[in-house]
Amino acid sequence: MTPPAASLLSPETLASLSEFLQSALFVAQGCGYTVALILLAMSIGLAVGLPLSAFQVYGPKWTRRLAGLYIWFFRGIPILVLMFMIYFGFFNIIESVCLKWSGKPLTLSPFLASVLALGLASGAYQSQIFKGAILSLPSGQFRAALAMGFSRTSAIVSIVLPQAMRISIPAWSNEYSILLKDSAVAYVLGTMEIMARTRFMTSLTFTHTPYYLLAGLLYYLLTWLGVKMLNRLDKMTRIPGLGHDLKAEDHLQAD
Amino acid sequence: MTSTTPLLEVSRISRIIDGKTILDDVSLSLNKGDLKVVIGPSGGGKSTLLQCINFLQVPNSGDVFLAGQSARAMGRRNICGFRQKIGMIFQDFNLFDHLNALDNVAVALRKVKGEKKVQARKRAMSELERVGLADKFHLYPSQLSGGQKQRVSLARALAMDPMVMLLDEPTSALDPELIGEVLNVIAQLSLSGMTMLMVTHQIGFARHLTTEIIFMEEGRVVETGPPELLEAGPGGGRAADFCAKLAEVTGR
Repeated sequence: MTPPAASLLSPETLASLSEFLQSALFVAQGCGYTVALILLAMSIGLAVGLPLSAFQVYGPKWTRRLAGLYIWFFRGIPILVLMFMIYFGFFNIIESVCLKWSGKPLTLSPFLASVLALGLASGAYQSQIFKGAILSLPSGQFRAALAMGFSRTSAIVSIVLPQAMRISIPAWSNEYSILLKDSAVAYVLGTMEIMARTRFMTSLTFTHTPYYLLAGLLYYLLTWLGVKMLNRLDKMTRIPGLGHDLKAEDHLQAD
Repeated sequence: MTSTTPLLEVSRISRIIDGKTILDDVSLSLNKGDLKVVIGPSGGGKSTLLQCINFLQVPNSGDVFLAGQSARAMGRRNICGFRQKIGMIFQDFNLFDHLNALDNVAVALRKVKGEKKVQARKRAMSELERVGLADKFHLYPSQLSGGQKQRVSLARALAMDPMVMLLDEPTSALDPELIGEVLNVIAQLSLSGMTMLMVTHQIGFARHLTTEIIFMEEGRVVETGPPELLEAGPGGGRAADFCAKLAEVTGR
């Protein structure tokens, strides 16, 4: 082991190795941005998706139509287009309006634009997850709650959503893994997340393979970690008889 | 309120869904302590009648008065308070699947009446005791038998201190050997003076406890009368015919 290793670890290789490790560390630090981006976008998506789903199922006609319009819009546009639309279009308008009215310049960050684009789009997708879960619940429970004197809103909040959200966790973890990989697009605006740092290093060093492998590995790890945590959440919040119990099918005869 | 005012008065309600008349000019009234039984073939509008009484479905015409108060005059906001005073029991229980027996009973006390958690749970526990399920308080609906589920739903309704109870075929989804435990609770309730309107096919039970039988068919009240109404046998009127047919099937 020792002699070949010694020849491999010549001063030049050692230098380039430590250089790579340094730049790998730089790329890996992008994980912080990527995770922050995803957490914020998922939260916005949750805050938008939950009420949207409730409006779609229980709301009056005009709210259903409005929710439908929102979903149709954000599901129909690529994330990249949405980011440009927000950053170069929407943000510019806000900035110039702000400058005009208060006289102070306002700069909105690419990070914020990425979060908004990912979050608003995720809201449309998440609303469909929750809507499916709500529709899968036996409708009698909502009726029973109303019969006891619950208002529609409080019946939705205290009876329907706690169940719908539990049922939604597996689909939600799927949404997480999709959103995580969509977040790589944010590099085009210059958000310093994993992909942007990877691109920066490849253009600096003209080496591609190791950096893209590293980026792939980082995304893989984040996916694995997040899905693992959501699985744990699913197990922790599970209630007997609520949602589908896969184990119940284990006793059936195998082919 | 004078003693002549009925506790619950249903006044000429009709319900039309998609051009189809489900309820046609139905009236009835319950005095305090009454147990009246609604029978009739399925599709006759019995469930719709119960859901119109607490305005879960708004009748197209007519009104419901609880202790002289008009439901129609309530408006959208106050109708929740009106419903709160009317307990409702469903054929398929409709327990909240994410809550254990205790919290199924306590949740409305907290969210509707605004009681503190400890206080609500104490009340819930005493209601579970009343239906004989105090030892099952920690179990979720899926861990209870049908009869136990229905008893939890009775406790849940009772915890709200309803003035009237509406029971929509409370034993129809139960295995035969579990019907007794639910009917026992209902009988006890009736004897303790609870005012109840019950849709059921348990003719034998109905005959013993009820003050009046209401026979419904095709959205109308066809016959009303004392329990003896049912005993005339075939040819003794629509209600008696219906009961004779039921007896043929069940062998009783």
